[in-house]
Amino acid sequence: MEIIEKDKKYDVVIVGSGAGGGMATKILTDSGLNVALMEAGPFFDPANPDQQLHLKWPYESPRRGKGSTRAFGEFHASYGDWEVDGEPYEMKGDTKFNWWRSRMLGGRTNHWGRISLRFGPNDFKRGSIDGLGDEWPISYDDVKPYYDKVDKLIGVTGTKENIYNEPDGFFLPPAKPRLHELYYKKGAEKAGVKVIPSRLSIVTKRINNERGVCYYCGNCGRSCGVYADFSASSCLVFPAQRNAQGRLDLYVNSMVRKVSIDKNGKPDGIVYINKDDNKEYKINAKVVVLAASACESARILLNSKSTYHENGLGNSSNLVGKYLHDSTGNNNMAFIPDLMNRKTYNEDGMGNMHLYTPWWLDNKNLDFPRGYHIEIGGGLGAPMYGFGFDFNSLNKFFGIEVGGYGDRVREEVKKYYGSTIFFAGRGESVPNKDNYCEIDPEKKDKYGIPVLRFNYKWSDHERKQAKHMNETVEKIVHNIGGHMLWKNEGPDHGLINPGGIIHEVGTTRMGNDPKTSVVNEYEQLHDAKNVFIVDGGPFVSQADKNPTWTIMALSWRTSEYIIDELKKQNI
Amino acid sequence: MNRRDSIKTMVISSLASGLLLEGCIQGEKEVIYENVWKYKYGRTPEELQRDLEILNQVFFSKEELNTIRVLAHLIVPPTKEGNIDQAEVPEFIEFIVKDTPSYQKGLRDGVFWLDEKSMENFEKKFVNCKVEDQKSILDKVAFPKDKKSKEETFFSNMKNLVITGYFSSEVGINDLGYKGNQPNFWDGVPDNIMKEHGFSYDKDWKYNFVDPMTRNDLAEWDENGNLIT
Repeated sequence: MEIIEKDKKYDVVIVGSGAGGGMATKILTDSGLNVALMEAGPFFDPANPDQQLHLKWPYESPRRGKGSTRAFGEFHASYGDWEVDGEPYEMKGDTKFNWWRSRMLGGRTNHWGRISLRFGPNDFKRGSIDGLGDEWPISYDDVKPYYDKVDKLIGVTGTKENIYNEPDGFFLPPAKPRLHELYYKKGAEKAGVKVIPSRLSIVTKRINNERGVCYYCGNCGRSCGVYADFSASSCLVFPAQRNAQGRLDLYVNSMVRKVSIDKNGKPDGIVYINKDDNKEYKINAKVVVLAASACESARILLNSKSTYHENGLGNSSNLVGKYLHDSTGNNNMAFIPDLMNRKTYNEDGMGNMHLYTPWWLDNKNLDFPRGYHIEIGGGLGAPMYGFGFDFNSLNKFFGIEVGGYGDRVREEVKKYYGSTIFFAGRGESVPNKDNYCEIDPEKKDKYGIPVLRFNYKWSDHERKQAKHMNETVEKIVHNIGGHMLWKNEGPDHGLINPGGIIHEVGTTRMGNDPKTSVVNEYEQLHDAKNVFIVDGGPFVSQADKNPTWTIMALSWRTSEYIIDELKKQNI
Repeated sequence: MNRRDSIKTMVISSLASGLLLEGCIQGEKEVIYENVWKYKYGRTPEELQRDLEILNQVFFSKEELNTIRVLAHLIVPPTKEGNIDQAEVPEFIEFIVKDTPSYQKGLRDGVFWLDEKSMENFEKKFVNCKVEDQKSILDKVAFPKDKKSKEETFFSNMKNLVITGYFSSEVGINDLGYKGNQPNFWDGVPDNIMKEHGFSYDKDWKYNFVDPMTRNDLAEWDENGNLIT
C-alpha cells in the first residue's frame, strides 16, 4: 500500500493519549517542542453535551444502563471493551487472557477507579527481598520528586499515615466514610486488618482554576463534566492544547501500525492508518514515544521489522512482550443484616470507595511472596439495569420463603437496599518470562496489522494469595455478623483471568543490561536512542498498587530526559 | 480536529443520505430522529445506529405486550407511589428483548403458555381472567426450587425485568428513596443514623475531612505535604 508522507516534521510523535502519553504530551509540549499526538479512537470531552454521561438518569436510556455495548454498563465512559470490533487477539494453548482496549482520547484513563497509589521503596526492590524476579534499576527516591509533582498537578485525596511502603504525598482532604465503610472498618480492625482513607485522583479541594471541585455525584466512572476527576484528556491533553500555540497536533482515529526506520536503520517516525479514509500515512519525527498500553506498544515494536531489526524494533534481547503481568484479583460479596431497612439519604459520595485496606502484613510469615490491597463497594447507589433481580434471595438467611410477587416486592426490595458489601482483593503477581504476548503468525486485524497472541498462566504464588484474600474477607464479614454470598472455591480460589484487572505491565521492562531488559532507566530503548516507552511496559514488577500514578511519574521523568537529550543533541 | 458536534452531525447526515436505514427501519425520517433523541446521553455513532435500528423494530405483538403489561401490574401492583405504566415497563421490556435477543424465545413462549394455561383452566385468555385466577397460575411458577422448569425460568426473567424496570424509572427511584445523582456536598452519614449504628466521626477519626468552607480555596502545601489553605 502507498504511504502518504505528511510534510510537517515534528520533534516528537507520541502514540497513545492515556496516562503515559497524556503526561508526555503535556510536559513535552509545554517545553516548546513540536508534538504530534496519535490516538486510535475518537475525540472525547466529557463536558460536550453530546458525549456527556455523568448525571444521566437510568430512564434516560432505553436499556436503563445495561452494558450491551459496554461491559461495565452503558454509562461507563470507556469506548471499548474486552473485544473491539475488527481488532481480535489470539491465545495459546489453554490461556485465558482478557485484553481491555479503550479507543478514545484519554485511553484507559476513561476506565479506572481513580485509585492513585505511589509504589513504595520495597516495590522497586522485590527481587532482592524475596529472591523472585528482578529489581528495578531505580529506587523510590528517584521517582519521589515526580510523584510529588503529579500529586500537585493532578490532585489526589489521602491522609498522612507514615506507613513505610505506602508513601504519603501531597494530599487533598479525604471525604467522610459511608455507612457500609464504617462497618467494614469495624470488622477489619477486629481482624487486625488496616483501613485508611482512599487515595483517589478526585479534586475534593480546588487544585487550579481550569478544573472544578468534586460535587459528589459518584459518577467518576462516567468521566466528570467539570473535570473534577482525573482523565488524561481533560487534565493533560486539553491543558497542553491550550498552551501549545500551534505546537501540538492531535491525530484522532489514527491507528499506528509501526515505527518507521530510515535507510540507515534509525527510527524516523511512525506509520498509521487513518480510520476515516483507510489510507496509510507517515509522520516524521526526531523522537518516537510509545504509550499505547503495555501490550499494544509491544505489538507496535514487534511489527516494526526491518533489515536492521529482523525480529522487531528494540528486541535484540528477545524480551519484547515477555514478563507480561497483571494484578491478581478476586471478588467477594457479603450481606450485612445490620444494614437492612435503611433510612435513605444521598450517599453517592466520590466515584469510588472512601476507605480501603493497603497491604498490612509481612510476606516473610506467609506462604505466598507478594501482598494485596482490598477495595470495597456498597451503599445506597443508583438503581440501574439489574437492580432488584432475585429481589428477595437474601430471605434464605432467615429461613423465609424466596420468590413470589405482588405487594411483597416493594417491601422486600426496600428492606435489602444497601445491605451488601462488595470486596475486591487486588494484589501483586510474580513476573514470569513465560507469560507473554507475541505476534500471531497468521491473523491480522481489519487494518491489516498482525495481531497479538497471549500465553499466560497463574502460579501457586498467586493462587495462595487469592486464598488468603478470601480468608481475610470471611473474617471481616464474620466480625460484623454478615453472610458471604458466595464462596470462591476450586484451585484458583476465584482468581480472575489474567488481564481482567487491566493493570498489564512488564512487556518492555527496564534494566541496565541490554541483554536482560528492553529499555534503560529513562524508558529509552537500548537498541534505539530516539524511541521511548512511557506506558506500563517498562515496569519490572507491578506492586500491590494500581499502576497509573507510577506510569505518570515515570513518563514525566522520561519527558524531562528527552528535553535534555534533545538540547544536548544526543538524539 | 474538533469533533464536538460530530456525533449528532454524523447521525443527521447519515439519516439524510438514507445510508443508515436501508432495509432495517421503517418510518418517516423525522419520527425516527425524534425517537432516538428522546434518549440523550453520550453514545458513539455505532451505538446510536444500533439503538436507532432497535427502536424502530417491533418484536412483541400488541396482544403480547398487553399480556406483559397485565402481568407486570401483578408483579409490582400499583400504589400511590407509582405504577408500571408510569415507569414505562412494557416499553422497556419491548426494547430489552431486541437489545438482548437471548430473552426473546423464553419470554414469547412464556406469554403463550400463560394464555394456554388460562384457556385450559378458565377458558379465557390470561388478560381476561379474574385476578385470583391469574394469581393461581403464577403461584405455580413463582417459587422455584433449585432447578427451574421452563415456565419458572420465564417467570423469573419476567419478574426481574419488571422489578428492574420499575425501580430504574423516575417513579420507581422516588419510591425506593434514592436521593442522589445531583450536585451536592457530601458531609457524611446523617448524625441520627450514625448514632443508631453506634458510630461517630468525631470520636472514631483523627483526620481533617473535606471542609465545605475552604474547599474552593486553591490547595497549597508546606514542604512536608501539610495542607496550608
